[in-house]
Amino acid sequence: MSAATPVLPDTRAPRLSGAERWHELRIVSRGDVVFRLLLTAFAAAVPLLLLIILGELIAGAWPAMKQFGLGFITTSTWDPVAGTFGVLPLIFGTLYSSLVAMVIAVPLALGVAIFLTEFAPRWLRTPVATLVELLAGVPSVIYGLWGVFVLIPLLRDVIWPIVKPVLSWLPVFNGVFYGPSVLAGGMILAIMVLPYIAAVSREVLLAVPSAQREAALALGATRWEAVWTVVLPYGRVGIVGAVILGLGRAIGETMAVTMLIGNRHEISWSLIQPGYTIAAAIANEFAEAVTSMHLSALVYAGLVLFVITVIVNASARWLIWRVARGSAAGSSAI
Amino acid sequence: MKRTISALSLAATLAVAALHAQEIRLTGAGATFPYPIYSKWVLEYVTVRPNMQINYQSIGSGGGIRQFSDHTVDFGATDGPMSDSAITAINGNVHHIPTVLGAVVPVYEVPGVTAQLKFTPEVLAGIFLGQITKWNDSRIAAANPGVTLPDNDVVVVHRSDGSGTTFIFTDYLAKVSPEWQRRVGKGTAVNWPVGLGGRGNEGVASTVKRTPGSIGYVELVYATQNRIPFGVVRNRAGNFVEASLASTTAAAASAEFPAATDFRVSITDAPGADAYPIASFTWILIPKEISDGVKGRALLEWLWWATHDGQRFANSLGYATLPAPVVTLIEARLKTVTSGGRPILPANFGAGARRR
Repeated sequence: MSAATPVLPDTRAPRLSGAERWHELRIVSRGDVVFRLLLTAFAAAVPLLLLIILGELIAGAWPAMKQFGLGFITTSTWDPVAGTFGVLPLIFGTLYSSLVAMVIAVPLALGVAIFLTEFAPRWLRTPVATLVELLAGVPSVIYGLWGVFVLIPLLRDVIWPIVKPVLSWLPVFNGVFYGPSVLAGGMILAIMVLPYIAAVSREVLLAVPSAQREAALALGATRWEAVWTVVLPYGRVGIVGAVILGLGRAIGETMAVTMLIGNRHEISWSLIQPGYTIAAAIANEFAEAVTSMHLSALVYAGLVLFVITVIVNASARWLIWRVARGSAAGSSAI
Repeated sequence: MKRTISALSLAATLAVAALHAQEIRLTGAGATFPYPIYSKWVLEYVTVRPNMQINYQSIGSGGGIRQFSDHTVDFGATDGPMSDSAITAINGNVHHIPTVLGAVVPVYEVPGVTAQLKFTPEVLAGIFLGQITKWNDSRIAAANPGVTLPDNDVVVVHRSDGSGTTFIFTDYLAKVSPEWQRRVGKGTAVNWPVGLGGRGNEGVASTVKRTPGSIGYVELVYATQNRIPFGVVRNRAGNFVEASLASTTAAAASAEFPAATDFRVSITDAPGADAYPIASFTWILIPKEISDGVKGRALLEWLWWATHDGQRFANSLGYATLPAPVVTLIEARLKTVTSGGRPILPANFGAGARRR
């Protein structure tokens, strides 16, 4: 933009050096300067905090990093007694349970968002949207309890006996189903991230100009076609952002997951077998980690989780950047 | 006569307390298992000594040992004793003082079985090692004549969070099974050969209750308070013993305390005829040398009270009390604590109040 616009000479005031400008500002309004400094400090506090957290993590993880190196993330034995630590099953469990959650939550959440913006009668929109957002306010331990008392018995005693003859040949449904499992953990995560994805997607879809819809309808598109070919592509940047927001939450969720996932250090592609996540393991073992190496290994695991989160967010940015080369609607909603 | 003397000594204690009347604050941190009794002792001690404030934070045994080692608290508390290397790291400046006892019981949900199941050490080790996989295994059946056991799979449930309960249970398994000792060992968190992890006693109990064919372990106090039926375990003397406060205390009474062990003795698999085999002390950690003599005196007096008068609160809260011989040993130990090289407690401290 600046390249195309000719730069006009500033005729209002003579050029000022930095110091003069500073002086002038002080004269103009002391309050503004204070306000500006305050805001700068606030803005600086966030990256600073991030750096401090990273520094603390590395400092705490250092003994384990020195002893295990990168083998920490490629080995599978977690034995606090022998002092051997490897987090591959935890990394796997974190990503796998989040994947399960996203596979369930994304279509559901998008369906909710599309229904609320495009199809629902006007009087229904606000109440349903409020209810969906209310789900986000439920504490995770409540989801965990609900999972223990309702979801797991339902899955194990009602649904599994019905689908077992049909599905048990699939590798992802291998083995005996005791209840606590990646499936149960992933489903509870799906319910927990659904309101985030649905709420943000709804905002994104609301931001799509009605002219777009009307144009599509005027060209003879059905409502379904208008949504699928015009509205969703227009808002895709924002929707990707919403999904990433949900994914970030799924990766870091602790309490509900640990109550349902079975907490077993094991890599299994079977959804009905127990698994474990990094966040759950840290929460479980931190308080009673007696040896300093055990503690350091837990902090190292925290660092790994931190890196995973950064990678997920960075790839999200990249994805959005890729997607954004085309349309930009809703990118403000991220 | 005894009562008069003990009343007199109490009066003397009060008088001494009144003499240095400035308020004393003690902080401690550590194990969650004894938290209910410790907070009771803090609360009740106000009636003995009103100007003393004790702040106990139940942050877990690991945190308790760390904070104690870093000198950020006046006393630590732990369910598993400090390791030799951890003690060396603080130049051996620690006494383990046992306060109460806890026991761990096997809980199970076996379809169709209403009788109380009996477990031999071999069966428990076999189940938790993943070698006994069916409830109608001949080894389980041999210990339970007359009980019809189903063909269900055995589902092992263990604690997913690090805990003193796990320490006691694995300490027991390590003693009775050489294979467990070799493959798994003992600790607040171990590398379980099989099973699902439940968070906390309630996590294990609820998973066991809702999973047909499952077996787990919880603290005795949790099982009794929630009326969860539990199995009996065969002790070293060969008797099947049901866990209770009395059989837990019996385990401690039959244990031996070699002088060099600093009370860091495991009382699992104790030899007594009526000793429940999966039991343990929980400890408070205090320094051998306390630089602040006033604080040190207050701490020792509180511990003295807790291991004597304070014991009467234990049973109602679900903890087993210390047996009398152990209390006598603790008295001697408390009197060795020094400040500036001199013993803090007078040699005749508590005379007359010795026998509870």
